[in-house]
Amino acid sequence: MTVELHAREIQPLRNTFTHTAYYVGNDRPASRYQEATLDVQPSDNFHYRPTWDPEHEIYDKSRTKIKLADWNVLRDPRQYYYATWTIARARQQDAMESNYEFVQSRGLVAKMSDAVRNKACEVLMPLRHVAWGGNMNNSSICAYGYGAPFTAPAMFHAMDHLGAAQFITRLGLALDEPAVLDAGKNDWLNAACWQPLRRYVEDTLVLQDPFELFIAQNLALDGLLYPLIYDYFVDDHIALQGGTAVAMLTAFMPEWHAESARWIDAVVKMAAVESDDNRQLILAWLTTWADRAQAALSPVAELALGNNGLTALQEVRDALDMRCKKAGIVV
Amino acid sequence: MDTPVLKKKLGLKERYAAMTRGLHWDTTYQPMDKVFPYDKYEGIKIHDWDKWEDPFRLTMDAYWKYQGEKEKKLYAVIDAFAQNNGQLGVTDARYINALKVFLTGVTPLEYNAHRLFAHVGRQFTGTGARVACQMQSIDELRHYQTETHALSHYNKYFNGMHSPKHMNDRVWYLSVPKSYFEDACTSGPFEFLTAVSFSFEYLLTNLLFVPFMSGAAHNGDMSTVTFGFSAQSDESRHMTLGIECLKFMLEQDPDNVPIVQGWIDKWFWRGYRLLSIVAMMQDYMLPKRVMSWREGWEMYIEQNGESLFRDLARYGIRKPKGWVQACEGKNHISHQTYAVFYSYGAAAAFHTWVPEEEEMAWLSEKYPETFEKYYLPRWNYWREQAKNGNRFYQKTLPMLCQTCQIPMIFTEPGDATKIAYRESDYQGDKYHFCSDHCKEIFDNEPEKYVQAWLPVHQIYQGNCFKPGVDPTKEGFDPLLAVFDYYNFKVGRDNLDFEGSEDQKNFAAWRGDSVQGAKK
Repeated sequence: MTVELHAREIQPLRNTFTHTAYYVGNDRPASRYQEATLDVQPSDNFHYRPTWDPEHEIYDKSRTKIKLADWNVLRDPRQYYYATWTIARARQQDAMESNYEFVQSRGLVAKMSDAVRNKACEVLMPLRHVAWGGNMNNSSICAYGYGAPFTAPAMFHAMDHLGAAQFITRLGLALDEPAVLDAGKNDWLNAACWQPLRRYVEDTLVLQDPFELFIAQNLALDGLLYPLIYDYFVDDHIALQGGTAVAMLTAFMPEWHAESARWIDAVVKMAAVESDDNRQLILAWLTTWADRAQAALSPVAELALGNNGLTALQEVRDALDMRCKKAGIVV
Repeated sequence: MDTPVLKKKLGLKERYAAMTRGLHWDTTYQPMDKVFPYDKYEGIKIHDWDKWEDPFRLTMDAYWKYQGEKEKKLYAVIDAFAQNNGQLGVTDARYINALKVFLTGVTPLEYNAHRLFAHVGRQFTGTGARVACQMQSIDELRHYQTETHALSHYNKYFNGMHSPKHMNDRVWYLSVPKSYFEDACTSGPFEFLTAVSFSFEYLLTNLLFVPFMSGAAHNGDMSTVTFGFSAQSDESRHMTLGIECLKFMLEQDPDNVPIVQGWIDKWFWRGYRLLSIVAMMQDYMLPKRVMSWREGWEMYIEQNGESLFRDLARYGIRKPKGWVQACEGKNHISHQTYAVFYSYGAAAAFHTWVPEEEEMAWLSEKYPETFEKYYLPRWNYWREQAKNGNRFYQKTLPMLCQTCQIPMIFTEPGDATKIAYRESDYQGDKYHFCSDHCKEIFDNEPEKYVQAWLPVHQIYQGNCFKPGVDPTKEGFDPLLAVFDYYNFKVGRDNLDFEGSEDQKNFAAWRGDSVQGAKK
């Protein structure tokens, strides 16, 4: 590159792609999020019907009952595209590594009482499988949802769920013998207090409507589970009894939940604001699934928090209802 | 405290299993067949998913770390490239046309791959396979987005790159990659992996990436080179998934062998036909050549492929059916394909041109048996015509192959002077094919291929005009109406490179004199 080149006036012919300019105008460059996400999913002239679902096109709006004139309205306020998502998660991962170092160098695990350590394992290990269900369901939302603004963050969210399941696994291996994972799985499969939640998760695995699935998994279940477990149980209960290590080694989860809630709320809000039909549908789904989730989490709340469990869960539910209200859904 | 002093440490493999397969449970409140409804109907028999060997062992912590680092480096290069007007450093503005083909033809496939890997990443009953597919799903999204970001800068300065999504859904030649990939996406999960992960990523991918990425390096396009290298470590994971899935199917049950062989036959040929556009790009569109299509074919397919299929012979797998014809085609397809685009140069969103004298000499040297004998005379004629102000543009629409959707341009095996035509009857209609293998693919699954959205048919049926266009109106020009539907900017996106806006701008920006400006 020579100096004269820089001196020469080189005017761009256009600032972005046509499909991006349709949303953001062509008078200035579009952001990377916009170019990466808006109207990038193929939408016309499909050649063949899926042999695995001949009722639908590969990408098909009719897989959900939600109706939107343009699915590109469901923007992610975090403006994640692959690079910003993965860089953000790498940074959180670094923080988690520092936490591990801190916990190890201070011998914090050894300082926990057996009772606290066992309680933490008893409550948290079965949640590996709940997170794995969240991974599967968000993969579904990505595969069968419509439009990249909605589906791309769902795939990030699926991988985040896998990450969460792996953080819990790593926690188990840090707190106890590997057999603790089997014990947690055994409880998940057989212990009475986990069965309503397992039933809930399995029922969501067969949901066909990707938007209903989004509500059942990301809003109703995770909207109750994460505050209950990581705020009430880990931070307020375990940490106060000498289990700081557990709080530090699960620090990713509440942080991620608060961050991704912004995306989930924005999606709900945009879909609900479009029509009263949408709002009613979301409300009906939310009521059904949040009620079910609350019921399914009741024995878990009692397992975790004893007599305070149900009160805590009700507080969490009230907070979720408030959150939904802000997103335009009044339960 | 009474913490166990010596905790049992898991080995790497066990630890990875705890991080992935250990998460799975067999559902009981919902039947497993309802939770995983899609991986049985193709007839592939899996007896033990535990036998699946993880093709790579990446947990999310490591994935985020590696990929985050790669992204930082890649975007630093893309930013610097834009800031320094790196587009002016390429050999010649003709080179940009290779990028136009890539952005409109290949990049949308990455997006489709992202979505369909999410689908199979949800649907395989085996957890190990699901995790590998999910990682590929986000990798493919990465490739879609990084390609878009890397090429966005070019779009600002050159024509023909402004509407890749819109064009891929509509334009006639882009229905070749679109239908190829949608064919894979609409297949069952095992066929999808055989098509994309094995046949494409494992067997044919070098033929796509080496020409584009080395082509970029040779032609001074550092932005694309950096993208390519950054994608390479992802690609090697994807290749491993392809070969692992193939071996897994073959080892699980002998009944799987003929099904898999049929898919290999089909997807080798589908991929080979798809790559004819790469062949033309490689032999005709790079101002600085890397290697000829033929040389690439001999190295990556004839040599590597021979040893691959020797290795697979122990499972009862033989070379794909179209192997011999594809090997014969190495001397022809780039010439035949580019000739079509040259003659349909008004109907393409990139520029074409008659090769220069030394480029003809290069083609003669690389194709001693065929170029001078079959293809040079036509170029000489077209060059004469262009000189006399009579640049040849084909004005009729071509007949397309029902399967690969390429115009019927390919010649008979053993006779490069005769176009090959094949046909089949199905439910009272006649369907046309470019080759025995495309015909066979149709005959095996006619109910699928009759659905094809054939661009030429669609134009004739009046389905390729913008809504509200009235074809009965006086002075209606159907071709212009189709270009409008494609969002072609006529006179800017299409026609010969000589005299194009790209050519003039590039020269002006670089301060060169324009050879073709005299026109």
